[in-house]
Amino acid sequence: MKNKYSIFSLIKNAFTNHENWQRAWRDPEPKKEYDAVIIGGGGHGLATAYYLAKKHQMNNIAVVEKGWIGGGNTGRNTTIIRSNYLWDASAGLYDHALKLWEGLSQELNYNVMFSQRGVMNLAHNLQDVRDLKRRTHANRLNGIDAVWLSTDQVKKFCPIINTSQDIRYPVLGGTLQKRAGTARHDAVAWGYARGADELGVDILQNCEVKGIKRIGNKIEGLETTKGFIKTKKVGVVAAGHSSVLADMAGLRLPLESKPLQALVSEPVKPIIDTVVMSNAVHAYVSQSDKGELVIGAGTDDYVSYSQKGSHEIVEGTLQAILELYPIFSRMRMLRQWGGIVDICPDASPIISKTSIEGLYFNCGWGTGGFKATPGSGDLFAHTIANNEPHKLNAAFNINRFVSGDLVDEHGAAAVAH
Amino acid sequence: MFIINCPYCGEREQSEFKAGGEAHIVRPKQPTELSDDEWAEYLFMRKNIKGIQLERWVHIHGCRKWFNMVRDTSNDQIHAVYKMGEKPPIK
Repeated sequence: MKNKYSIFSLIKNAFTNHENWQRAWRDPEPKKEYDAVIIGGGGHGLATAYYLAKKHQMNNIAVVEKGWIGGGNTGRNTTIIRSNYLWDASAGLYDHALKLWEGLSQELNYNVMFSQRGVMNLAHNLQDVRDLKRRTHANRLNGIDAVWLSTDQVKKFCPIINTSQDIRYPVLGGTLQKRAGTARHDAVAWGYARGADELGVDILQNCEVKGIKRIGNKIEGLETTKGFIKTKKVGVVAAGHSSVLADMAGLRLPLESKPLQALVSEPVKPIIDTVVMSNAVHAYVSQSDKGELVIGAGTDDYVSYSQKGSHEIVEGTLQAILELYPIFSRMRMLRQWGGIVDICPDASPIISKTSIEGLYFNCGWGTGGFKATPGSGDLFAHTIANNEPHKLNAAFNINRFVSGDLVDEHGAAAVAH
Repeated sequence: MFIINCPYCGEREQSEFKAGGEAHIVRPKQPTELSDDEWAEYLFMRKNIKGIQLERWVHIHGCRKWFNMVRDTSNDQIHAVYKMGEKPPIK
């Protein structure tokens, strides 16, 4: 690697006031033709390009991004990583990603600050208890670490939770995945961008796709704001805007794009050293390394591309947080924002070929795509390179909406979608 | 948060309403005749438009009546509301 990051490079650059660091990726002009083009420079898109170049020797490829890389949902999520999904197909997919997370900083020579601080899912009613226990068993059968915690064990693991039985939704127990945790979201995009660039991938920022050209049933290229780019393979990884791009190719998708909100508080000293999620009251909270509480809210129920959500959603989440963590009652919130998430009817993603030759879609991640970033990129790259899905993403094909073989993770994944 | 003009009750806060998705999806007249592709189209495929979209809403915490709306999904601006069974006020 031309500019390997290490303690030595840090010391060396300290002597020149850090003014001589090489830029992490180039800013090239588009070539006339590529072997494949990925639409969308978020974590999933950049990871796809990285693995295409690294594992499938496709080096004449580009990533086109209408804004700047990592400026969409990659920079807007609450950075939670876990793999405790109920169904076998989902467990395989998300645990593949989790295993890649475990070596990602070394793989990319870029500190993605992956922190296996554990994710705890709370149960607030009897049905929650049954569902979460069932999911714990399913996880363990799939080789995924999961344990059931009693109310006392929950309190011991995270002492600031109010486990009093007279609150509106008392804590009746919870599950814990210790290998789960968080990572620095921006670093994931930057690390993959740097790695892909190193392998020859052109990352074209401020380059918006205006049209997808095809002749007959074959992809010919892309109309972009930087001119026509010829290519035979296009991988679309555009999250909330997937339907807009599908429409350009004359394809219909089973997606609805909705606002999902998150917020952070003012920074405080370390107070919560894990991630706690509550499905029933839809509140989840962790603490960033800067000290801010990172709080995830729910989606609105209407279609919107405005990157704004309703106030009542945030209010509902904060009510739940206050009841569960009375210690936060005087915390002030610093920022609140929204991202547009593309939700499938079964709340599982699509990583698939389409009926158009050379057109591939990776979409439908809904509210939980960040955790899958490395796995999603790896499997999508495999699908594009071989024109066939990997066995881990075979179930996540687009035809499941015709065959009825859905991967129904609504609620079952321990978070309300 | 936006104000929605319920055609039956007048202007109310959005929190009183629930969105019901894309409007004017016609239920198949002969469900038994449908192919798998047609079922998928009816059940799952959505326009998910960025821009002017026709959609259904229900005044769930009010009169509980369904109605239709013309809304710009790129900026959440509501252009019109109209009752079930009526033609959309724009094309």
